[in-house]
Amino acid sequence: MKTASMISDNMTMHEKKAMPAVENLTGSHAIIKCLLAEGVSTIFGYPGGAIMPTYDALMDYEKQLKHILVRHEQGAVHAAQGYARASGEVGVCIATSGPGATNLITGIADAYLDSTPLVCITGQVFAHLLGSDAFQEIDILDISIPVTKWNFKVTQADEIPAALAKAFYIAKSGRPGPVLIDITKNAQVESLDFVYQACQFLSSYEPSPRPNQLALAQAASLINAAKKPMVVFGQGILLGGAEAEFLAFAERTGIPLASTVLGLSAIPTNHPQYVGMLGMHGNYAPNRLTNECDVLIAIGMRFDDRVTSNLEFYAKQAQVIHFEIDPSEINKNVHADVAVVGDVKQTLPELIKQLKQNAHPLWRAQFHELHQIEQQKIIQHDLNPSTAAINMAEVIDGLNALHENPIVVTDVGQHQMVACRYAAFEQSRSLITSGGLGTMGFCLPAAIGAKLACPDRPVVGIVGDGGVQMTIQELGVLMQQQLAVKVIILNNQFLGMVRQWQELYFDKRYASTEMCNPNFGMIADGYGIANQQVTAREDLAPALKTMMDHPGAYVLEVVVAQQDNVFPIITPGASVADMCLEASNSNQQEAKTDE
Amino acid sequence: MNKNYNFAIYSNDQAGILNRITAVFSRVNLNIEALSVCESEQNGVFRHSVQVHCDHATAFRLSKQLERQIEVIRAAFQADDEMIQQEVALYKIASKSMLEQTLTEQIIHRHHARVLSMNSQFTVIEKTGQRHESQALFDDLSVVGVLEFVRSGPVSISKPMNAEAMSHDMSVFKQNATCDADHQVDV
Ligand SMILES: Cc1ncc(C[n+]2csc(CCOP(=O)(O)OP(=O)(O)O)c2C)c(N)n1
Repeated sequence: MKTASMISDNMTMHEKKAMPAVENLTGSHAIIKCLLAEGVSTIFGYPGGAIMPTYDALMDYEKQLKHILVRHEQGAVHAAQGYARASGEVGVCIATSGPGATNLITGIADAYLDSTPLVCITGQVFAHLLGSDAFQEIDILDISIPVTKWNFKVTQADEIPAALAKAFYIAKSGRPGPVLIDITKNAQVESLDFVYQACQFLSSYEPSPRPNQLALAQAASLINAAKKPMVVFGQGILLGGAEAEFLAFAERTGIPLASTVLGLSAIPTNHPQYVGMLGMHGNYAPNRLTNECDVLIAIGMRFDDRVTSNLEFYAKQAQVIHFEIDPSEINKNVHADVAVVGDVKQTLPELIKQLKQNAHPLWRAQFHELHQIEQQKIIQHDLNPSTAAINMAEVIDGLNALHENPIVVTDVGQHQMVACRYAAFEQSRSLITSGGLGTMGFCLPAAIGAKLACPDRPVVGIVGDGGVQMTIQELGVLMQQQLAVKVIILNNQFLGMVRQWQELYFDKRYASTEMCNPNFGMIADGYGIANQQVTAREDLAPALKTMMDHPGAYVLEVVVAQQDNVFPIITPGASVADMCLEASNSNQQEAKTDE
Repeated sequence: MNKNYNFAIYSNDQAGILNRITAVFSRVNLNIEALSVCESEQNGVFRHSVQVHCDHATAFRLSKQLERQIEVIRAAFQADDEMIQQEVALYKIASKSMLEQTLTEQIIHRHHARVLSMNSQFTVIEKTGQRHESQALFDDLSVVGVLEFVRSGPVSISKPMNAEAMSHDMSVFKQNATCDADHQVDV
């Protein structure tokens, strides 16, 4: 029944072009033909019993479709994420049933929270064995429901083309997200009459609602009349490919622009209107002034709690305009006085037509003043510390100084926040980081994906000594694929971010955060990857240069201060306006520790 | 304020869609108080009627998250007092008590229930009505002994004045759902 309805959905909804020739293929070959038809050139995966027919078929398409063998399925899905986020295309990964499929879940969840377009294909036991606790049978469809935009089980070969067409369409359209297709082994080995028609429409799905003209007009007049307007933007700009539209909007209005973590690089960091990053470890001025602006213009962002902190004290004085593609985000966390639902690529140009040229010099001076305070109290010390030990910020600054315009891929922790705070971005899609899920282990495989997507751009992974050990086996991919990914391990011998919270909010009781680490250089040696360890400040800049000049992969371990903290910080439960510049007032506040 | 909210969730016919729908509720730790699934007035479109006890803001957020599911066409919700509700209850008693005690007959009569089926061993009584009515019958029949009792849970339909809120017109589904978010402001 479901087959019939799916196929008819696709067939009737498409303009009926001349029907392509029908080929008789096995399900496995059909899977690959579908991927090729969708323009996929690289996939990431790991074989096993239930997906072996498809791996066998892959050998027949080696020239058209590159398969990257990872070392753990989590690596496959993070690599597909890195690929998707660097390229803007759908990332594809493939795994076997049971443990192969469950190993994908963390990455799928990560992609779900960060709206990354993925198609994940899992093998499944023969259809007649479903429900029998067969070897490696697990109900991955049910397991993945809360973390997929859509999922589907294919039990017959002839369902494959329609299911994959729908999967790609859903993954990349509207607010993107991960899709999982579970394909039984019999469906892979049986044959079908193969015809592929891309999906362009689904009756129950409205990917990008038409903008409401009244709301646009209201937004425009609010913006035109505002005395202290502020823009908070997120990944929606990048996902919509609306960087140019956003820049045009920005330059017409002269409004200060603050980014979420995922919005970083949507506008160059040196743009005069760019005022920094929002949120818990963001910049001082945009956090403080969130509670002073008169009109808050949110563009392609979802008011995550790491951005807003305590909602009861968030921008209560402001009129809020929310530009967002996903209707379920409107009024979810912050009440929108005006909501413009739609793709920012469409809504921004329509908005711009109604906007007056403006510059807001006095208001922008307020940002500048607060930035000076942050500069004196924090940035200056971070970049020129009086301590002997190297700071994380110095490393990022040293990387900036090389002007290589890299794609920076981070893991999760202090180094992530420091990278987000200090990295200079010239070009869009230059930061890939796990935002919503905060998944340690993300960096190395995501960097692999990014490098495969953008072989001509330098890719630098910034990772902690904790996180690197969560997916360190993916160094094997760098070795096997000869990929020139640069990995900087910022080694503080602690699970730094958790240690910082323990220091600030748990009476300095360092429960299980100190690490006894391996010799990272020897590990890199084991994989035949060039490497270096830096402990002294004077060696840092030359080492960074050596790393970037090296033609292949490189592991640079920088031994950094053991017990440094990332500041400023908004104490959990506090207001964005109460951002703390130093420890003394941060730990006096009563913290709701919700890490 | 917490109330009973009745969701009418229209979806395509896809295996597993019910799990997707219930996951939206269980994620926020809400118990589903009543659930029924049937094909709707439109061919191939299923209506999932779900009742939960929560506040209006939660119900609103859940309706948006339900509509976010690809196979969900529309998710509307209304409080109990905006709906007309009925439920069917069935009661199994020993036929002996029917034959021997006129009391049983009187109870059935007084509650406007009816005998659905009867044989030498057991009798099944049916009552259609509101929850408190089926409960009252159960309480009275308990005196003679109820062997088994089942009720459908409420089946609800919106009151005519609210037809718009529970729109049955599938062509106006998700786009319209966004309009209530497009607030008016004085500018
Ligand atoms: C998979 C996973 N487990 C646990 C955490 C909680 N966590 C957040 S940051 C952090 C410490 C990270 O330490 P490290 O990788 O050394 O980076 P640092 O903070 O020292 O820069 C931990 C344990 C997480 N985010 N992800």
